[in-house]
Amino acid sequence: MNIIMILYYLITAYLVFILGWNFLKEKKSVGNLILALLVLTPLILRLLRVK
Amino acid sequence: MKNEKPIKIVLGLVFAALLIAGGIPLWKHRHFQMPVIAGPGVSRVIRLSDFEPSLKGSVADTNIFVLEGQEPGGKALIIAGTHSNEPAGTLMAFMMIENATVKKGTVYIIPTFNASGSRNTKPGDGYPLYFHVPTPWGAMKFRMGNRDASPLEQWPDPDVYIHYPEKQLLSFLDVRNTNRTWPGRPDGALMERVTYAAMELIRRNKIDVVFDLHGAETMFPVTNCIVAPEKSAKIATIASMTVKAMEGFDNHVEPSPENFRGLSHREIGDYSDAWPFLLEAPIPFLDQPTGPKTEKLMMDGKDPFLLSLAHEKKLFVPYDENGWPMDKRVGQHASVTLEILRQYSKKFPDKAIVFNGVPRYAEIVKNGIGSYFHDPTKADPKSIYEE
Repeated sequence: MNIIMILYYLITAYLVFILGWNFLKEKKSVGNLILALLVLTPLILRLLRVK
Repeated sequence: MKNEKPIKIVLGLVFAALLIAGGIPLWKHRHFQMPVIAGPGVSRVIRLSDFEPSLKGSVADTNIFVLEGQEPGGKALIIAGTHSNEPAGTLMAFMMIENATVKKGTVYIIPTFNASGSRNTKPGDGYPLYFHVPTPWGAMKFRMGNRDASPLEQWPDPDVYIHYPEKQLLSFLDVRNTNRTWPGRPDGALMERVTYAAMELIRRNKIDVVFDLHGAETMFPVTNCIVAPEKSAKIATIASMTVKAMEGFDNHVEPSPENFRGLSHREIGDYSDAWPFLLEAPIPFLDQPTGPKTEKLMMDGKDPFLLSLAHEKKLFVPYDENGWPMDKRVGQHASVTLEILRQYSKKFPDKAIVFNGVPRYAEIVKNGIGSYFHDPTKADPKSIYEE
C-alpha cells in the first residue's frame, strides 16, 4: 500500500466520520438520514476493504 | 422529526443488514480458492514475486508452474488470466498443468496472471461471481473475475494513465489492466510491477515464445484471431492457415499496432528477445447488446440478440443458434498454442518445444474441458495448489 493509497483511506475515514456525525445530528428530515446512509455505503465498504 | 431516536436506530440497523448481506458474498468471492493439481509434467512451482520481491505477500503475487522436458529445447511461457472475465485461457492453463508433460524444452504456465482481477467483479454489469464446469466427478467451481485489478489493491486511479516508458496517454482505468501495463517497472503501480515481474521471468530465463490468452467480443474486429508483432507474424500466419485446413476453424492474424502501447503482444517483443502471440477467442458474454450476463451465457455463448445481429452481418465471427460454447473457446486456444509451438519448433529445431498429453480442438469439443480436470479430493494434497 503506497502513501497515496493510505492518504485516500484517511480521506475516506474522515468522510465516513462527517457523514456519521451528520446522521446523528440530523433533526428534521428522514430523507436526509437515508441519503446520508446511501452515501456512506461505498465508503464503509472501502474502509472495511470488502469491495 | 418525531421519534427521532427509534427512526435512526431502525434506519441504522437496516443499513447495517444491507451492508452485511451485500458484503458477505463479495468477501467470500474474494477469498474463494480454486484448486489446481500439479500433474506429472510439473517439475516445480515458483512465484511471480521471485522476479519482483515487492509482490511478495500481496494479492498480486501468483503461481508459476514450470514443466521441464527430459530433452533440452526452447522455452515457452503461457499466460492466462490477464483479464479474469475471459476465463477460457485459465481453463486451458489448468488443463495443461494437470495433464501435460513436456518432451523437449521448458514451459512456464501462469494460470491467474492478474490475481487481484480474478478476485474482483463488475457489479454494475451484474456479473455472476462464479461459474461451474461439469466434470465426471461433479461440477468444478471457478471464480469469475473482472478485467481490471481490484481497487482494494491499487487505488486511487490517476486522472490519466501515462504509460511507462513510452509516455502514451491511456484511460485512467488501464492502470489496473495488466494488458496495458507492459513492460512495467519495479517502482511503479502494483500492476506495473506484476508485468515487470513477468518481463524479468522472460528475460532472466531467456524465454523464446510467450502466449497471452484472451477472449474478445463477437462485435469487436480483433476477435477469433492471433495478434502478433512483426517478428511473430510469419509463424502466426502459418499456424492460422494450418488450423483452418486441418481442424476446420478460423483464427485469422491481426498485426500488433506499433503505436498502441502497453499490450503484451507489443511490449514483450520490444523489451525482450521473446516472440509474443496474443490469442483471442470469441466470448459473447462480453458483448454489450446481450441479454442478462448469466453463468449460462458465459458457458454456452448463446444469445438471441447476438443471433439477430449475426443475421444482419454485424458480427465479426460466424454465429448461429449453437452460440460459442466454452469448450470451443478452450479448444481453439489449445490447438492454436500447440500449432504455433509446432511451427516454431520446425523453424528452430534446437529450440523445439514438444508437449504430450494436451488435447486439441476436436477432442476438447467432443469430451468437454471438464473431462480433463482431476478430482482434488482424491489427489495427493501436496500436489494441490490454490489459485
